[in-house]
Amino acid sequence: MSAVADLLLALLILVGLYMVSTSRLHACVRASALQGILLGLLPIALRWANGIVPLDLPVVTLAAGAIAIKAIAIPRLLVRSIREAGVRREVEPMVSLHGSILGAAVLIGLAFWLGERMVLPFPVGSKLLVPAAISNVLLGFLIVVARRKAITQVVGYLALENGVFVFGLALARQQPILVELSVLLDVLVGVFVMGIAIHHISRTFDHLDTDALASLRE
Amino acid sequence: MSALSGLAVQVVLLTVLPPLLPGLIGRVKSWMAGRSGPSLLQPYRDLFRLLHKGAVYSRTVTWVFVAGPAVSLAATFLAGLLLPLASSRAPLAFSGDLILFVALMGLGRFLMMAAALDTGSSFEGMAASREAAFSALAEPALLLVLTTLAVASGELSLSGILGGLGSLPAVTPARLLAAGALGAVLLAENARIPIDDPATHLELTMVHEGMILDHSGPDLAAIEYAAAMKLFVTSALLAAVIAPGLAARPPAFAAGALVVAVVVGLVESATARLRLPRVKQFLVGASALGAVALAAALFARGTP
Repeated sequence: MSAVADLLLALLILVGLYMVSTSRLHACVRASALQGILLGLLPIALRWANGIVPLDLPVVTLAAGAIAIKAIAIPRLLVRSIREAGVRREVEPMVSLHGSILGAAVLIGLAFWLGERMVLPFPVGSKLLVPAAISNVLLGFLIVVARRKAITQVVGYLALENGVFVFGLALARQQPILVELSVLLDVLVGVFVMGIAIHHISRTFDHLDTDALASLRE
Repeated sequence: MSALSGLAVQVVLLTVLPPLLPGLIGRVKSWMAGRSGPSLLQPYRDLFRLLHKGAVYSRTVTWVFVAGPAVSLAATFLAGLLLPLASSRAPLAFSGDLILFVALMGLGRFLMMAAALDTGSSFEGMAASREAAFSALAEPALLLVLTTLAVASGELSLSGILGGLGSLPAVTPARLLAAGALGAVLLAENARIPIDDPATHLELTMVHEGMILDHSGPDLAAIEYAAAMKLFVTSALLAAVIAPGLAARPPAFAAGALVVAVVVGLVESATARLRLPRVKQFLVGASALGAVALAAALFARGTP
């Protein structure tokens, strides 16, 4: 049944859109956690759509790993750094939120257009897979570029990585589990490093505005 | 069912049922708040009472003030005749009538805003300006949703669309997104809570209520009746998009519209009204949702 996989991928795009449009930092982090859960369920749904037995050990490991890291560990880390660094609870967009939503709609349209051009040589279980992957990558870029705070940039990076994860599910046919698990670990390490960097930024500058990094100090 | 009896059933449905919907919404809101609430038939009684009163006209108003309620009621009724309520082909169906549907909604709203401006009252001018801003943002969303449905079903008339949707799978991403955007448009078009509070008593916060402050008697009845009919038409459209089996079955269609009204009542009980700048964000979001739905529908059609 590809309906479940289609639905998960559509929800993934929708949550990405919500991440761009919300003005609250916590909602942004929670949306990222929700994307983690959807990504955990996706490999199982894709196997079901391809007509393979949906549950076996490697897939369950991947699902559990994705949910544990993307939906639990990383959001907790982010919420903790929001609390400890005393960040204001609003995202500070450089482009207005209306502008971001319209930009996001254009990017998602672009992703669908690219998805139509980019036909994979083998069936991947859902037609929406490539558009969903590309649109999450583009929305992640948008969040990284158009938001001022370090935390939102981490969230944007996570959205981008989620897109790459979806794409990996389509491409890595032979040893997807190994590749994806190593990617998951990489992301966790990356977010740790960013968390430490965020603490340093907030200790040095008393706030998390990355604009301050653009000017030199003595 | 022959064409004539279908038309008769549709006209009866369109004229008799609408005031039930605001009554139902009021009842659901009262239940949620722990009150017993007014009778379901209260809107009918209100309309009856207003029709038996005289109208008061300010010395500054022109014919536009009287035309507003009349045209808005007529336009909404015509829009209702475009829906296949009683037969699989609506009385006024033709290829491309979805544009006319949006245009009729716009025409009614335009004359209501003109009538509000005609009074020269500052409150009504402010309300009209807000209504203009909101509807300018809600209209693209409605057009995008209808275009999505047209692409998904390969038909250009509302009757064809709602009939064609029945043969498609019940849950496709495009249809789900389109239904979500249509729900947001429904709340905006009918001045329901996250956009506008129909129960507010403060002129500064009014949008729809603000525009009708100077209307009285039969004019006010026409406005309330048109508002109820618009709620019925948009609810029926949403119900038919979610469950296309409703088309051409009048009792099921009416039941679908009532279910949508109950959901609107629940939404009204659970949410607070949005701040004005947030309303624009909400509606731009609905348009974005519609655009994504259109992209998904075009994509699903493009790759066999």
